[in-house]
Amino acid sequence: MQTARIVITGIGLTAPNGNSLAEFRRSLLNGVSGVENKEVRYMGQWPAGVCHYDALKYQTKKELRVGTRAGSISIYCAREALADSGLDLGSRPTDRVGIYIGCTEHGNVETENEVYAISKFGYDTKFWSHYHNPRTVANNPSGEVSLNLGITGPAYTIGAACAAGNLGLIHAAQMLRLGEVDCAIGGGVSESIHTFGIFAGFRSQGALASHADPKKASRPFDKARNGIVVSEGGCLYILERLEDAQTRGAKIYGEIGGYCVNSDASDYVLPNPTRQAECVRRAIRHAGLEPRDIHIVNTHATATPQGDIQECEAIRAVFGEGCPDTHINNTKSFIGHAMGAAGALELAGNLPAFNDLVVHPTMNVDELDPACALPGLVLNQPKRVGRVDAILNNSFGMLGINSTLIVKRFVP
Amino acid sequence: MSAPSMTKDECKQRVIDIIADIAPDEDLSNVKSDVKLRDQLQIDSMDFLDIVMELRKRHGIEVPEADYPQLASLDSSAEYLTPKFNALAAKR
Repeated sequence: MQTARIVITGIGLTAPNGNSLAEFRRSLLNGVSGVENKEVRYMGQWPAGVCHYDALKYQTKKELRVGTRAGSISIYCAREALADSGLDLGSRPTDRVGIYIGCTEHGNVETENEVYAISKFGYDTKFWSHYHNPRTVANNPSGEVSLNLGITGPAYTIGAACAAGNLGLIHAAQMLRLGEVDCAIGGGVSESIHTFGIFAGFRSQGALASHADPKKASRPFDKARNGIVVSEGGCLYILERLEDAQTRGAKIYGEIGGYCVNSDASDYVLPNPTRQAECVRRAIRHAGLEPRDIHIVNTHATATPQGDIQECEAIRAVFGEGCPDTHINNTKSFIGHAMGAAGALELAGNLPAFNDLVVHPTMNVDELDPACALPGLVLNQPKRVGRVDAILNNSFGMLGINSTLIVKRFVP
Repeated sequence: MSAPSMTKDECKQRVIDIIADIAPDEDLSNVKSDVKLRDQLQIDSMDFLDIVMELRKRHGIEVPEADYPQLASLDSSAEYLTPKFNALAAKR
């Protein structure tokens, strides 16, 4: 089947260590962490990735009060991505623009806030906010973007645990190929740090990171890693069919090369390296490439003791020793785990490598865990390389959802 | 000893204080007391429910749905709410 070529023409993001692609990339190349201590309701101080974007840049105070943090992050990212792309929405049919935003979960923050609020009134539900339902519907983040921008095309979220950022992009590419829309805003967002439940859940699971220095708390592949740093963030892309992008003379960041989404079907939380490897292999095949053609593998590794080892097992199975030009890194070491935003953000942090030929490192590796000692792992310092033609981004999530997305250097 | 009575102007100020929080972008310095709030401020039906909710939360005042029209303007709000504030104060 002949399929349209899909390209990335705009990127808008907020990460704990940067509110634009340029700032984010600078932080990744200069060892700047975005993790800080945050007061978590009922739990005290915990390391978290906190974003500091200007929420009032594109919304009024009232819109921020009525809406959600996930909606606000989405609006900021969508507006920044559109501005970056140079697309003028006013000159095109608004019903031909789609909004596809990946979320790990949505509604926990708002529900916890309401339960806390009514606890001050003896749990009398007549004090429960009438905004609760519009805030907690699963399509809230995308719906807020559609309201803010007057976009009348399809706008919904894609729930895919921590694979969601990749899923937003993959789904956007699929909708463009189906001809459902002419322009897609796709990616992922997370407001997770505003819910204590996710921190408490990971702590109960023995998977919540702690460290005296919050900047050292997220340490995938390090022997002393002790779990996940929960983060918020967002990254939305503008995707278009190549011919449309070329017609308007758009700047092109890269081309969607291939992708795969599959499921472990084996456990609620434990990853499955066999299925992960299968996902990576199928994505590479979908892109028409061989493993040795992949120059950067951005790992999902979240710094849980077992999860990192299992992903390394999957990567070793695919890339083995025969891929001397394949470099492996991890972005969570800088920003923590931005959940639904993770895949989209981590990919964005690597895309500038097409131009600057630098692979950002995995930082905080004081002592590499031998079980994670992959060939090609870029540790602690950025690495200049000869070529970057294909970037592979892994994002995996609970209930066994795996996603791999490959972006290729754009070659007309 | 009975509590001092609230004046209608004080009551209007309580309502203004609530509106300042639920419509934080609005300039409330020139709100006309006799004009409907929705005709001079960017306030929709959900915001209106916020006024009702905040009266409940902050002041323990219940406004039954049938009485919502009484909150249309500051003047009508003061007419309707001042006796309620004073009745509550007398109970305390």
